[in-house]
Amino acid sequence: MKLFQIIVLLALSLNCFAAVEYKKFANPEQEEAYKILIDELRCLVCQNQTIADSNAELAQDLRRQVYEMLQQGKSKDEIAEFMTQRYGDFVLYNPPFKAKTGLLWIGPIVFLVIGLVMLFLFSRKKKLADRGDVSDAELMEKEQQKAKVRALLREGE
Amino acid sequence: MLKYLTPLALFTVMAVFLALGLNLNPRDIPSPLIDQPAPNFSLPVLSNASQTLNKDKMLGEVWLLNVWASWCVSCRSEHPVFNQLARKKLVKIVGLNYKDEPTAAKQWLAQLGNPYNVSMMDQEGRTGIDYGVYGVPETFVVDKKGIIRYKHTGPVSWQDVEKILIPLINQLKAEV
Repeated sequence: MKLFQIIVLLALSLNCFAAVEYKKFANPEQEEAYKILIDELRCLVCQNQTIADSNAELAQDLRRQVYEMLQQGKSKDEIAEFMTQRYGDFVLYNPPFKAKTGLLWIGPIVFLVIGLVMLFLFSRKKKLADRGDVSDAELMEKEQQKAKVRALLREGE
Repeated sequence: MLKYLTPLALFTVMAVFLALGLNLNPRDIPSPLIDQPAPNFSLPVLSNASQTLNKDKMLGEVWLLNVWASWCVSCRSEHPVFNQLARKKLVKIVGLNYKDEPTAAKQWLAQLGNPYNVSMMDQEGRTGIDYGVYGVPETFVVDKKGIIRYKHTGPVSWQDVEKILIPLINQLKAEV
């Protein structure tokens, strides 16, 4: 009985009333272009969502804009250009590579290279140490530490 | 010595980056419209819907475009600042009443004061899209040739007016 109640309540939850936007397209290519575009454009109000994900008013307006421009026969590139002229490269989830966005594109590769170099240097150092290629000074230091530990242990007994 | 300095240096670099990140405002998106001609518009005037206003009417003057709406909470906090600026009679302030109900908008102005020389209605938000509006309130400074010279996203404070807007307006007014 309880299960039944839960199911009824879930069925009545607000999600079921969420509006579905119905749009008519002239051909499947246009529909495909629409889907790709709204998935690539950022909603500037809720910045980590695309305009396909977001239900903010601005996202609705931008979807309408994309739809209308497709109806007018505009190409995907033209629409992306239209949005960039108004909102900047930030509006694209897949921004073009230029001086301003260079760090964005190259940054991860630079960090990967730094990480690999560090890994290589550290592992080589460790290998050398394991093989016993340590300097006299370091050996001396280690011996001194060992002596200290022994002395402490003796005190504790 | 290096053993202790390396982590300290790494920590300092990270701290600087994180501090910068904390102080930057992710909502402050640089507008590509700066130094570009202000997009054209032709919209009905709020006080008299049979009249329309377009951009060319403002040519030859320095003017502010303030995007506002009666549903916008930060516009309410910004409003006294514009009232005060309007009293100085330094510059024409044009309101873009963005996606609003005309009756609600008129009531809002009657209640809080009207700093705008004129407000126009953008009920569908199309002029908003042309100006790259994404968070109301937004304020644009347009020069005599109709070029956008500055954009402020979010509520303008009196400090912003004194430190940024007034000097900029005076500078633009001096331009031919």
